[in-house]
Amino acid sequence: MVRAFIRWLALGLLISPVTASLAQPQHIILASTTSTENSGLLSDILPQFTAATGIPIHVVAVGTGAALRLGRNGDADVLLVHARAAEDRFVAAGYGSYRRDVMFNDFVIAGPGSDPAAIAAAQDATDALRRIAGSRARFLSRGDDSGTHQAELNLWRQAGIDPADHAGNWYLETGAGMGSTLNTAADMGAYLLVDRGTWLAFANRADLKVLVAGDSRLFNPYGVILVNPKRHPRMRADLAETFVDWLTGPAGQRAIAAFRIDGEQLFFPNADSTDG
Amino acid sequence: MPELTAALQLIATFDGDLLAIILLSLQVNLTALAFALVFGLPLGAVVGLYAFPGRRLVIVTLNALMGLPPVVVGLVVYLLLSRSGPFGVLGLLFTPTAMIIAQTILVTPIIAALSRQVVADLWAEYDEQLRSLGASSWQSMTTLLWDARFSLVTTLLAGFGRASAEVGAVMIVGGNIDRVTRVMTTAIALETSKGNLSLALGLGIVLLLITFIVNAAAFGVREAAARRAALI
Repeated sequence: MVRAFIRWLALGLLISPVTASLAQPQHIILASTTSTENSGLLSDILPQFTAATGIPIHVVAVGTGAALRLGRNGDADVLLVHARAAEDRFVAAGYGSYRRDVMFNDFVIAGPGSDPAAIAAAQDATDALRRIAGSRARFLSRGDDSGTHQAELNLWRQAGIDPADHAGNWYLETGAGMGSTLNTAADMGAYLLVDRGTWLAFANRADLKVLVAGDSRLFNPYGVILVNPKRHPRMRADLAETFVDWLTGPAGQRAIAAFRIDGEQLFFPNADSTDG
Repeated sequence: MPELTAALQLIATFDGDLLAIILLSLQVNLTALAFALVFGLPLGAVVGLYAFPGRRLVIVTLNALMGLPPVVVGLVVYLLLSRSGPFGVLGLLFTPTAMIIAQTILVTPIIAALSRQVVADLWAEYDEQLRSLGASSWQSMTTLLWDARFSLVTTLLAGFGRASAEVGAVMIVGGNIDRVTRVMTTAIALETSKGNLSLALGLGIVLLLITFIVNAAAFGVREAAARRAALI
């Protein structure tokens, strides 16, 4: 029994190097945003890919900024992220081979039901931010270089406000993932920008409500990037490309469209509009 | 108490996913503990027994390393194992092995520092006796470690506690990959970020139960062994 136990422990140490270093890895690592993981999308569609191709996918869910860093270091093979400008810079710098459209949804601005800044009556998203700044109501920022954080900073720029001037005052950076930030906002009764996927799947909304949605500035497109195999010779580029093709092909796009929570579709496939 | 209900439900339904997570947690933590013992016990014994220049500095360093921030350890191990890092070719990042390495680094100072204290205290007591018996230093060291075995169980449990409570390092180097590197603590962090607070707390209660069982088992073994030792 003791010997079996030691073998079991040794297995923990040996399994991965044996499979990982003697041969090239037989799986691919997908660095994705927390929104696609926390909403349940990936655990819904990835088993379909694995069933169709026999290729296992290991998902590491981090913010877009962290996912791009993982890709740059070669620690992920494929990235599913949502910060268009940063994605294009990533590919232009040669860290990625190419980027393709996958799907979109939108951001919403959520806040306490009492809506102290009266943003429900705002004309658009930038007006809503100006109202929040004007009333000095608490606003929570992800502050973690994620896609949502970059989109939020973009909105502030369009509103003509530099939130950094108010950091620690009414503008609070959590430096955490979408879910943790939602938990904090629910507790504090603060406003925040959140992607609709995470919002719909989130279970602890407390008094938070969607107050602003539907502005074209709140468009949230997701792209898939193949990490440049020339920079990382050990990468399984063939497996990674199979996945990119599946995700942007009919089967993957159908799977994305079919994913629903409480009957509501969370992500809208748009790979067809890809030009290359 | 929705949390207690969630915990009870988790235990009652006890599906394969939960079992896999529990088993992986135990595998990672116990393997790391085994390595930490291999490195930490001799280190603690040597520092506890021998006088050498800079010994005090080593003792303070060992004690300070007990407070190693897991996130920093995670980051350092990530940089080492990253494909762009020095050990990238091994392909260890985002595997249980990477988590074991990080945990071993975190637990070894605890084992070394606590066992040093135990051995040093015993040495103060048996120093003359061992000398008069003409015991070599190797014999003294093994004798003391053997004599201290019951106190060392607590050292062991402190190390195990550190490993099983830790989330920052294993999150970074393991990646919390479903069915590959997801352990109890990272699963709790994930459910919290999904807003499933009662499920998260339910998992926390299950984790506490496991820790309790391990501690109870260690206590029982220690009691039984101590009783047998007293009979002899």
